[in-house]
Amino acid sequence: MQFLQQMINGITIGAFYVLVALGYTMVYGVLKLINFAHGDLFMWGAYIGLTSLTGLLSFVAQGSAWFAVPAIIVVMVTVAIIGVLVERIAYRPLRNAGRLAPVISALGVAFILQSLARNIYGASYKTYPQDVALSGGFSFGSARVSLMQVIVLVISFLLMAVLYLFVQRTRIGTAMRAVSLNHDVSRLMGIDVDNIIAVVFLIGPGLGGVAGMIVALYYGSFDFTVGWVFGLKAFIAAILGGIGNIPGAMIGGMLLGVVETLGAGYLSPQWKDVIAYVILILILVFRPTGLLGERVAEKV
Amino acid sequence: MKDLLKRFRSVKPLYWQGGLLALALVLPVPLGDYYRSVLWRTGLYIMLGLSLNIIVGYAGLFQLGHAAFYAVGAYTAGMLNIYFNVPLLLTLPLSILVAAILGYLLTRPILHLRGDYLCIVTIAFGEVVRLVLVNNIFGITGGANGLSGIDRPMLFGIALREPIYHYYIVLLFVVITIFASQRLQDSRLGRAWRYVREDEVAAEAMGINTTQAKLLAFVLGSGWAGLAGALYAAKITVISPDQGKFMESVILFCIVVLGGTGSIPGAFVGTLGMVTLPELSRPLKAWRDAWLGVAMVTMMIARPEGLWPSRHVRLEIESEEEAPDPSLAVTGGSG
Repeated sequence: MQFLQQMINGITIGAFYVLVALGYTMVYGVLKLINFAHGDLFMWGAYIGLTSLTGLLSFVAQGSAWFAVPAIIVVMVTVAIIGVLVERIAYRPLRNAGRLAPVISALGVAFILQSLARNIYGASYKTYPQDVALSGGFSFGSARVSLMQVIVLVISFLLMAVLYLFVQRTRIGTAMRAVSLNHDVSRLMGIDVDNIIAVVFLIGPGLGGVAGMIVALYYGSFDFTVGWVFGLKAFIAAILGGIGNIPGAMIGGMLLGVVETLGAGYLSPQWKDVIAYVILILILVFRPTGLLGERVAEKV
Repeated sequence: MKDLLKRFRSVKPLYWQGGLLALALVLPVPLGDYYRSVLWRTGLYIMLGLSLNIIVGYAGLFQLGHAAFYAVGAYTAGMLNIYFNVPLLLTLPLSILVAAILGYLLTRPILHLRGDYLCIVTIAFGEVVRLVLVNNIFGITGGANGLSGIDRPMLFGIALREPIYHYYIVLLFVVITIFASQRLQDSRLGRAWRYVREDEVAAEAMGINTTQAKLLAFVLGSGWAGLAGALYAAKITVISPDQGKFMESVILFCIVVLGGTGSIPGAFVGTLGMVTLPELSRPLKAWRDAWLGVAMVTMMIARPEGLWPSRHVRLEIESEEEAPDPSLAVTGGSG
């Protein structure tokens, strides 16, 4: 039964990876840019969530878990706005500057976001107020699903489904898919490429910010470095599924969460991160397009 | 300004190079130990920057895990000294060797990857190396605390303890590095690298063994970073896995790119900006990363070729701006 328990935990962590990986994969899809700042936007989601929650709770004597709902909306909107600003300031001027310049610029943004978080909130671990924590859960056999896990999974899957429908069924979604194929031709078809890219930078960081808050709620505490490790893992998930591919990011995230948790459970928790990196290396060496990615010849 | 530069260029290189060397020789003499250590660190990072410059600048391969080899060099020197009592100066060639072999083993399977993908795998390799050191593999790396109690290097029976000795050792190696970099740049191999960087398929078609050229860039660059690691171990005598962390790799990468890819003076300027100035402005340390970030973003927007670009790279960027989009030309031709 330990296996079942590990699976449940793995899927929960996998859901977090998916939410963050979607941001990487969508940005890569339209810009062919690895948004190194995405992990730090995720980290900002955790901090903004904390600030808005404590702000809300300061008005009442006794809070409840429902207070997390408006906080999540605040986080989604704020981080999305930061994401769009980052794109406008640091990436858009480099749209035609080759591949090296945007990478450096993205790393620079990551430095700025991290340094700001450390200076504003301090370097110590932060914890979420206990009022909003959920207790309780269900058990079947020796495996146990906490109420928190259920809610996390419901929220994650809901967001994924909405995103999938948005990309597949709406006009903006169709335009997004067109832009990811070819900017110039999309422009000829009357698509405002700059606007579509801005939309991607609204959705990706928005989801990433929500993930940051949920992860912080789930684990209880976090600090300003959480974005880097979590971001890199989510990025591995995106590559695993095939970068630029939205269903790929979902499968990759789940798979990485499960494999990592099983590896940590059965082998050694110390080597958990190494497992993730080795998966990344193996995937890139043997199947660089990922599980669902199409085989495209790399442009020379 | 242009005239001034031209006049500066017309001075025989030997004169101003000699002048700079003389300045580097006397500079630490009037300074205190702290500033001598800062100079030592500057020299060390110039070495590291130039070693990465071979990979990123000459061969155009994105390496974002370079600090791993720096750490491996330091650990090789430290472990040989602690467990086998090998004198530190003797560990230097061995550190080069171990780092170069590791560079070969790690990069051999991933040479076919390009651009972003290569960059990501190198991050993963760097992190794996660091985690292996942190997890105290075989119980010999000392875990997260690292190793301490490395002997001082001995030269002519004197234990080299003062920062100034270490400064001169590093200076010697910096001079060697510059000389070697310059010779490499214009050698047959250097020209092959430049060709691979500009157009790999064309290079292959011209009979250049691109796999071998790229591999040599990685091996040489990694080995040289290993040497820098051993020199670090010799002065600090305490080593930890932090040396291999991603942040260090990013700093090295930025030294090369912000200074000017492929440019030797660029590595100097880059080191001054990324290492020396932040070190001297310790009181402002809290905001240091933010400023570095702002500098990186603005540099990429305003001056993507770096502060002191190499002639080749600048010409490439300038010609790219003028030339029509090659992809359009191809479609037009085939239609």
